[in-house]
Amino acid sequence: MKLAYWMYAGPAHIGTLRVASSFKNVHGIMHAPLGDDYFNVMRSMLERERDFTPVTASIVDRYVLARGSQEKVVENITRKDQEEKPDLIVLTPTCTSSILQEDLQNFISRAQASTDSDILLADVNHYRVNEFQAADRTLEQIISFYVSSKPNEIVKTEKPSANILGIFTLGFHHQHDCREIYRLLKDLGIEINLVVPEGCAVTDLKKLTQAWINIVPYREIGLMAAKFLEKEYQMPYISTTPMGLVETASWIRQICKQTNSQMDYEKYIDYQTRFVSQAAWFSRSIDCQNLTGKKALVFGDATHAAAITKILVREMGINVCCAGTYCQHDGDWFREQVQAFCDKVLITDDHTRVGNMIAEIEPTAIFGTQMERHVGKRLDIPCGVISAPIHIQNFPLSYRPFLGYEGTNQIADLVYNSFTLGMEDHLLEIFGGHDVKTVITKNLSTDQNLIWESSAMEELQKIPGFVRNRIKRNTEKFARSKKLEKITVEVMYAAKEALAA
Amino acid sequence: MSSTETLKFECETGNYHTFCPISCVAWLYQKISDSFFLVIGTKTCGYFLQNALGVMIFAEPRYAMAELEEGDISAQLHDFDELKRLCFQIHQDRNPSVIVWIGTCTTEIIKMDLEGMAPKIEQMIGCPIIVARANGLDYAFTQGEDTVLAAMAHRCPEYLAELENHHPNLVLFGSLPNTVAEQLTRELASQGINVSGWLPESRYEELPQLGPGVFVCGVNPFLSRTATTLMRRRKCQLIGAPFPIGPDGTRAWIEKICQVFNIQPHLENLDQRENSIWESLEPYISLIKGRSVFFMGDNLLEISLARFLVRCGMIVYEIGIPYMDKRFQASELSLLEKTCKQMNVSMPLIVEKPDNYNQVQRIRALQPDLVITGLAHSNPLEARGITTKWSVEFTFAQIHGFTNARDILELVTRPLRRNNHLKDLGWSELVSQIQPNR
Repeated sequence: MKLAYWMYAGPAHIGTLRVASSFKNVHGIMHAPLGDDYFNVMRSMLERERDFTPVTASIVDRYVLARGSQEKVVENITRKDQEEKPDLIVLTPTCTSSILQEDLQNFISRAQASTDSDILLADVNHYRVNEFQAADRTLEQIISFYVSSKPNEIVKTEKPSANILGIFTLGFHHQHDCREIYRLLKDLGIEINLVVPEGCAVTDLKKLTQAWINIVPYREIGLMAAKFLEKEYQMPYISTTPMGLVETASWIRQICKQTNSQMDYEKYIDYQTRFVSQAAWFSRSIDCQNLTGKKALVFGDATHAAAITKILVREMGINVCCAGTYCQHDGDWFREQVQAFCDKVLITDDHTRVGNMIAEIEPTAIFGTQMERHVGKRLDIPCGVISAPIHIQNFPLSYRPFLGYEGTNQIADLVYNSFTLGMEDHLLEIFGGHDVKTVITKNLSTDQNLIWESSAMEELQKIPGFVRNRIKRNTEKFARSKKLEKITVEVMYAAKEALAA
Repeated sequence: MSSTETLKFECETGNYHTFCPISCVAWLYQKISDSFFLVIGTKTCGYFLQNALGVMIFAEPRYAMAELEEGDISAQLHDFDELKRLCFQIHQDRNPSVIVWIGTCTTEIIKMDLEGMAPKIEQMIGCPIIVARANGLDYAFTQGEDTVLAAMAHRCPEYLAELENHHPNLVLFGSLPNTVAEQLTRELASQGINVSGWLPESRYEELPQLGPGVFVCGVNPFLSRTATTLMRRRKCQLIGAPFPIGPDGTRAWIEKICQVFNIQPHLENLDQRENSIWESLEPYISLIKGRSVFFMGDNLLEISLARFLVRCGMIVYEIGIPYMDKRFQASELSLLEKTCKQMNVSMPLIVEKPDNYNQVQRIRALQPDLVITGLAHSNPLEARGITTKWSVEFTFAQIHGFTNARDILELVTRPLRRNNHLKDLGWSELVSQIQPNR
């Protein structure tokens, strides 16, 4: 047993459902107790999804506990098959239901007899893998289920083409990154064969092997599928993340070499780096001089934390005193990537250790997840959010890629804004605030002849700070209008009733 | 319409969206300020809490997960030692007056004997441990509070009648923000009724005395287990009243309590109070009068809210509800029936354990003016031009008593007022069949 308040990566079934619901016309069924369908809320709220999330639960309740699911799972599968007519139904157990050790595969075989859709059981151990690992595995599982062409029958596309593996729902800026990759590839004369899984139909997956290469932008999800396709179908893959100028250049070179590109890609890289992206110029401009040697701490998933660390050190001259990730299963890779760039490597999924580290080294800025942002708030250190877990404000409507050349601009802004805010704060502290003539009170009442009874004052203190002043003003206004001199608790309530609260 | 018409009840498949009952720790740890809630469950439970509670999680909450790992499930680790270790740590770091263990689906399935272990560990660390099984196998959302309060009822000190005078002893149960509890207490005081305590109070150490001779009355419709426990185990007398939600409900609640205590309510006072509230609600009511509403059902407040909205002139098509205790809600149901007759609208259909898929089909057919639903369905329905209000807000907003009736209508009318602002723009349906180009 572990005492935990917060976790960086979700449970396995979240990963499975993120993959399943990103495909077009695929339905996820969870074998879960009531209330475990919280995934639907997240998708609907964070992604502001307009469609009903194609995930339902086959509810595990007391009856299931006593007698087993019996017909229930099979009925739920056949029912969804009729209602939604999906191409594929993915059945996933949850932490709770996997302890029941029901033979879900057997239910699937039985359901298959009466349904038109394909049915898969997510092959993940809910006590051994987290959200990312489960998503990675599920993606591989679905791809290997649908890609069945024999290697000698594969016809490659006429023009060089690529698949993008690992763009999906609830991912950190995935939609924007996908568009940026698309633009880059278009410039390089490479067509996109398939984007998997976001918006892709499983029936199209058989076309996957027609592409020349696979691109895996994020390490966490898609690598297993890419390796599978390499092993079985000799498809090369590129797992470099095109984040930052140096990595983007290296990514472009790899792609062009793999596709035997005839274009002068070095010239393209040079032009993009120096003139399309503003980041190279930015780090030369005198503004950025002030960032030299500033201390920063980076924490996030392996992909983003490694890439941001390299950008800060290599492209901006910032001193990263600690780089860390919560992707413990990928710790070795991470260590190898950032070791040369930072003083300390932290691999943990315990947010208190990260918090203590921040408190200990007191960086000028933090680049982390929402959790680090809140630690930063508490310690008065600015934080730029660079990785999941994230809140709704990290699903911006405007175009905010982290990848490619536009991504470098976005990251430069993010870094710069975090640091200047910090600087500004310090200056304010030294010179004693923005304006010496600060408005001390927002209380606009002129006469002070109203008496607050002590019990009413106590009641007022119970009201949350951000509305307290307004309530106080309203109450006094009310009291004055009623020609009352003393404010009691009753007067407060009466005021609330009388005025729009 | 014939006056013999009565309420219709139905029961569907139970395939609906709601919050897991462990979410009750969110408001209970805030209400009971010297408590610590330990949720014994898996990553799934933790993930739900951290996401559902949003910002609260960053404010060093007085709750934590005892996250079960593979070793716990396969009984390689001894649960007793593990729990003892964690509770020692909590006791040392936070020094709470009570630790509440929340049992989850997993502890049910692996049959962890929480009730058996708690007294032993309690003795060892010298801090009360209460066990509440608020799991998704048995309960929905707000029923979590019910299980905690039912468990807490056992810990209330025994009522000693001889020390008290002849004044009737009334304890109210249900967790409300302190201000709202104070408002209801004062409301009864103005009728000459003294509330001797609340279950829960804002501190564990101040739990009220219970026992034969104590009258109890609920303030929320989802507290049926607590009511049962208070009656059967603590021998209290239950006052079955409608719930003080909306001015009509508040008035009926007060009148019922007065009636039990043989007190003549200050009718003029009460009339004036109710009328002035209705008057102040007039601007809101004009927005919803004659409009239709559909409750998909997820928090058990549905019957009371529907009754209030009918009284405001709305037409209720369907009341979805996770669980319907017809005995505990008897007064509320009959008030709903009476209200429907008074307002001359047809009786709504009450659907227990609803099926969300079927409900969406019905919503499409009925095209109600407002759907009160969970967050999973809100955005998709809005995109299809159907106005929604998310139900969770009713659980967290202050909705009890005369004073807060306005807040209910503030919530209910918000989407309608928003629509009034946007109505001439011509883009209320926002789902597309066309795949956008990148």
